[in-house]
Amino acid sequence: MTAALRRGPAFDRGQVLGQDPVLGQDPMFDQEPAPGRDSMLERARQAASAVVDPELPMLTLVDLGVLRDVRIDDDGVVTAAITPTYSGCPAMATMRDDLLRELQAAGFADARVRVVLEPAWTTDWITPAGRAALAAAGISPPGPAPRRSGPVLLQLVPPRRAVRCPQCGSDDVVVGSEFGSTACKALYRCRSCLEPFDHVKEI
Amino acid sequence: MPDVRTHEPDEHDNAYSGLLVNDAHWAFGTDFEDPLAGVDTTVPDGVDPATLATYCLMLGDDALVLSQRLAEWCSNAPDLEEDIALSNIALDLLGQARLLLARAAAADGSQVPALPDGSPVPDEDRLAFFRDGVQFRNVRLAEVPNGDFAQTIARILLFSSWRLALFEELSHSRDAVLAAVAAKGVKELTYHRDFAGRWFLTLARGTDESRRRLLAGLDALWPYWAELFETHEVERATALAGVGVDPAGIAADVDAVVEQVLAVSGVDRPAVPPLAGVQGSKGDKGSTGSKGRDGRHTEAHSRMIAEMQVVARAHPRGQW
Repeated sequence: MTAALRRGPAFDRGQVLGQDPVLGQDPMFDQEPAPGRDSMLERARQAASAVVDPELPMLTLVDLGVLRDVRIDDDGVVTAAITPTYSGCPAMATMRDDLLRELQAAGFADARVRVVLEPAWTTDWITPAGRAALAAAGISPPGPAPRRSGPVLLQLVPPRRAVRCPQCGSDDVVVGSEFGSTACKALYRCRSCLEPFDHVKEI
Repeated sequence: MPDVRTHEPDEHDNAYSGLLVNDAHWAFGTDFEDPLAGVDTTVPDGVDPATLATYCLMLGDDALVLSQRLAEWCSNAPDLEEDIALSNIALDLLGQARLLLARAAAADGSQVPALPDGSPVPDEDRLAFFRDGVQFRNVRLAEVPNGDFAQTIARILLFSSWRLALFEELSHSRDAVLAAVAAKGVKELTYHRDFAGRWFLTLARGTDESRRRLLAGLDALWPYWAELFETHEVERATALAGVGVDPAGIAADVDAVVEQVLAVSGVDRPAVPPLAGVQGSKGDKGSTGSKGRDGRHTEAHSRMIAEMQVVARAHPRGQW
């Protein structure tokens, strides 16, 4: 990892680890460039890192934790790896097209995009920069994803989250629905300023 | 790789910009040509590919058929929040179905319906849109009509309680694709079950009318409940091979969860017997008869499948 790659704070894994241990599991971008190929790999990673999420365009795919890897395969072809946020995520095709377009524009005509399903995406992979961008856009960022050992427990009362209204900062908020405008968001309402807002729910 | 669209950088500001450029793909699919692109789909040692594929069809069809039913609520739910919630649940299930049908096709291509040369329809869509009703392996609980909102809630509670327990086990499958699909599905199904459990409690403790409707809905679904825990030979074989789950083995855990919801809601278990299978038909398993896993379905299934498939079947080469 070189300084040139740091398009945003997302790339500084040391900083991420220092800030929040929950965010330290990111396996992204772990290929060490082969001699003579480091600039090529850097260029590919920079290009891929410019792509934004089609539904949350204030976040890059890196900020969202969806871009899992960019590497040069044994056959010399640049391959980007993405993982769906939810199984039915309808944005996967657009993400692939956008990645290919950026990589081709950067000179990698035969670039590939592959899918990784495991480990499953978690909101813990949203970077601090991504969380800040969500909040700035009026979307409440997720808290820590639930951790469990043993069977998933039934929750018959809505989860109590430490959510604040992204408009006025009040913590007097109420969940309207656990299912919001996209699969990854819950719908909240602020009782202070009366504005509705989205919260990225923890998975 | 297909041709790539060449949008302007501000493409997301314009809802129409993506519709006019190099968009020649099958009209009814979801556009990502292979949901398992680059995923290792090698069948594990000691596993019969055809059996694994049929097992994936079973779990995929459960999700596909219930997703189609839930999608019928889109724009028809009691309020906007519930409309969106039901559509979100349908979308999660559709995503699970797509991965599972794609995994079935990758394990055994001979089960994928043949289409004319040059057809743009991807494998998972061929399985969804070009199989006949008797080739669907879903449990019958997934296919019966929605009924009212209360019955829909009861079905989501039963279905997601069962599928969540099943996927928790399946996440340890020797088949890496099934394990990954299941591990991801667990996160989604957790939200589905909690959603249905809360609404079940709300309706049971709500008004006389909401309680009456909930009890009637639960009664209507209960005949299909036992079928979910009967072990089909394909489930037995895949469980023995370490890639599938024997549903009989999760019955006690699922029952405990459902009992928890019933108890807190003050609802008794319906005194309604299980619906028998079709006797004497091909694939008859003895006294209980053939059921959903054998491709024997209720009448409502064929109408639902027909509605789901009719446009795609009329235009197998449709592109836009």
